[in-house]
Amino acid sequence: MAVSATEGRVLRVCALYPDLMNIYADRGNLFVLQRRCAWRGIDFQLSGSGLGESLDGGAHDIYYLGGGQDRDQQLCAEDLVAGKREPLYEAASRGAIVLGVCGGYQLLGESYTLGDDQLQGVGLLDVRTVREPGQRLIGNVAIEVHLDGDVHVLAGFENHGGRTHLGSDAAPLGRVLKGHGNDGRSGFEGARAGNTIGTYLHGPLLPKNTWFADWLISTALGIDTGALTSLDDSFEREAHTSARRAAGV
Amino acid sequence: MSALLEPKLALARVVGAVSRVHGGGGTSLPGKLLVRMDPSAIGVLAARLPRGSVVVSATNGKTTTATMAASILERAGISLVHNQAGANMAGGIASTLLTAAGRRGTIAGELGLFEVDELWLDRLAAQLHPQAIVLGNLFRDQLDRYGELDTIAERWTTAVSAGGTAARARLVCNADDPLVADLGRDRADVVYYGVEDDTLELEGMAHAADAKHCRRCGAPYTFDAIYLGHLGHYHCPSCGQRRPSPTVLARSVVLEGVRSARFRLSTPEGEADVKLALPGLYNVYNALAAAALAVALEIPLADIVTGLESTKAAFGRAETVTVGGRETRILLVKNPAGANEVLRTLALEPGSHDLLGVLNDNTADGHDVSWIWDADFELLAGRVRSATCSGTRAAELALRLKYAGVEPERITVVEDLSHALARVADDYLDEGDKPPLYVLPTYTAMLSLRELLVARGEANSSWR
Repeated sequence: MAVSATEGRVLRVCALYPDLMNIYADRGNLFVLQRRCAWRGIDFQLSGSGLGESLDGGAHDIYYLGGGQDRDQQLCAEDLVAGKREPLYEAASRGAIVLGVCGGYQLLGESYTLGDDQLQGVGLLDVRTVREPGQRLIGNVAIEVHLDGDVHVLAGFENHGGRTHLGSDAAPLGRVLKGHGNDGRSGFEGARAGNTIGTYLHGPLLPKNTWFADWLISTALGIDTGALTSLDDSFEREAHTSARRAAGV
Repeated sequence: MSALLEPKLALARVVGAVSRVHGGGGTSLPGKLLVRMDPSAIGVLAARLPRGSVVVSATNGKTTTATMAASILERAGISLVHNQAGANMAGGIASTLLTAAGRRGTIAGELGLFEVDELWLDRLAAQLHPQAIVLGNLFRDQLDRYGELDTIAERWTTAVSAGGTAARARLVCNADDPLVADLGRDRADVVYYGVEDDTLELEGMAHAADAKHCRRCGAPYTFDAIYLGHLGHYHCPSCGQRRPSPTVLARSVVLEGVRSARFRLSTPEGEADVKLALPGLYNVYNALAAAALAVALEIPLADIVTGLESTKAAFGRAETVTVGGRETRILLVKNPAGANEVLRTLALEPGSHDLLGVLNDNTADGHDVSWIWDADFELLAGRVRSATCSGTRAAELALRLKYAGVEPERITVVEDLSHALARVADDYLDEGDKPPLYVLPTYTAMLSLRELLVARGEANSSWR
């Protein structure tokens, strides 16, 4: 057997505000990355950076920012802009993955407007979020995603009051097959600029879409997804099918 | 008013009877109809209760706390009107009152005892005018239905504040839950309850813990002890806010696996040893809530103790049934905090188990099943002989168990619950030593399970 491309490799993941931005069980994403690395002999190193703590923009391969309650999200927004914006730009510019989920997606954008208040975001994604009157956008969701020339489906659950509008520099992450997406109207979901990705498919997105977990791992390591050791993914495929079926796809 | 109400009561009763004949299990249907015909019906009927009403609300433990309170109050000779089937929104409570209502403005009971859904507390308090309200705990739960925790805490604050619908009710609050304890801050007559036992301290806060920041100033609380989720002993290093001193206390707690729990109960009236026929620290908290309510109602300590000790498991809450000739416990799981306590209690049992996990995503369960990744299924790794995953989202539960460290070859997905039940009941009949079977269903799964067990002749059909 050929020497695996991942032999002796290390995946370094940093979770931002892991004790505050975790409302929809975001740790499921970290579990999936960790286990799928461990099963392949990839050394998985997880660290966290909380309120007032420093962030090293050069030290990690994946930066993860989940969702939180409004109050916690506001605390984190202020802290992000004050102390973590520069390292995140550094990370993004060297091609590290920056993944924002739900509230984390909103904070990676330019701003979040709530009535007369405006929260400044990091600005890595050219998107603006506005809390408009009307129902929250809640439900199972499935989107079609084009990555590296392949077409995939991401399935999950969304629950957001904010409507996110893409600026001219932002590309959507995918096209809505079922569900609301960014604003319930445009038919687009999420945003992507290089390896910075935002999505409303909240909480445990990766357990429902382990193909995407593998894409993140391989992209972060700078190798082809096909070079990853294949795993017995029968339960993973069933879970993906289950989430797609819940969305009606 | 009440003359006009009578024909509506009669009509709602007929509809209820017809629905039962046609096999409708909906306990809240006649009540829903009644409330639609007369939006003030709950208030009018509740006003007939000579001793008024008391209300229990919480994320976790409402049904068990109310069951314990009923046991205590009945022992004290008080006849109750109690929504014991757990239908805890307006329709369910109206149905309960409708069943008890008699002719010419009478009602069969002295005191109303109602468990109330968290989101309905303010609206139902406006009609029930409760003399006392038990506020047990607030945990993250079904975010697609309830919204975030802060939102519910705000609604409760409005209800209990001056001018709110529950402003005149006596509060019975869990001192160990900062979100709940804060609601009594400006009141003089709150009965606080809590746990004081060093041996129960957890090493750290559960991953899914909420309420980490002071409700008053926003600074992070310092926790001096954590017992369960975010429940424990805390203070705010910034503004000085701290856990109120409870007058109803549990000390010397002994948790005896999935079977029972013991503790030393302390009340203003004295102390006593209590042995619960229900397991886990979460049921000690439920017992304290019921005891504190009884203290607020001036029930003698002896009745409190015997009432608690004679309480049996509420429907699906550590209830014991027989499946395929084997003793089986049904442990409802519906949100991370509740599930973690069930898993923690299971982990106290020696040896390995057979598991039947049933994950549904119906409206009453929450459509979003993300929460299973906040529950610590890791506690079961290495302890599971076989895990059968069932329900509408069975495959996602199976995946959760795999990533929690349960070996994939021990996990089977059987989406259909009747097939899954047949599998765990029958497939092991020929084997010698069978490990205990634990069923962990979500809410609607628990209801389906009950129907299937009745059909199999393994449970009786009464809705307790």
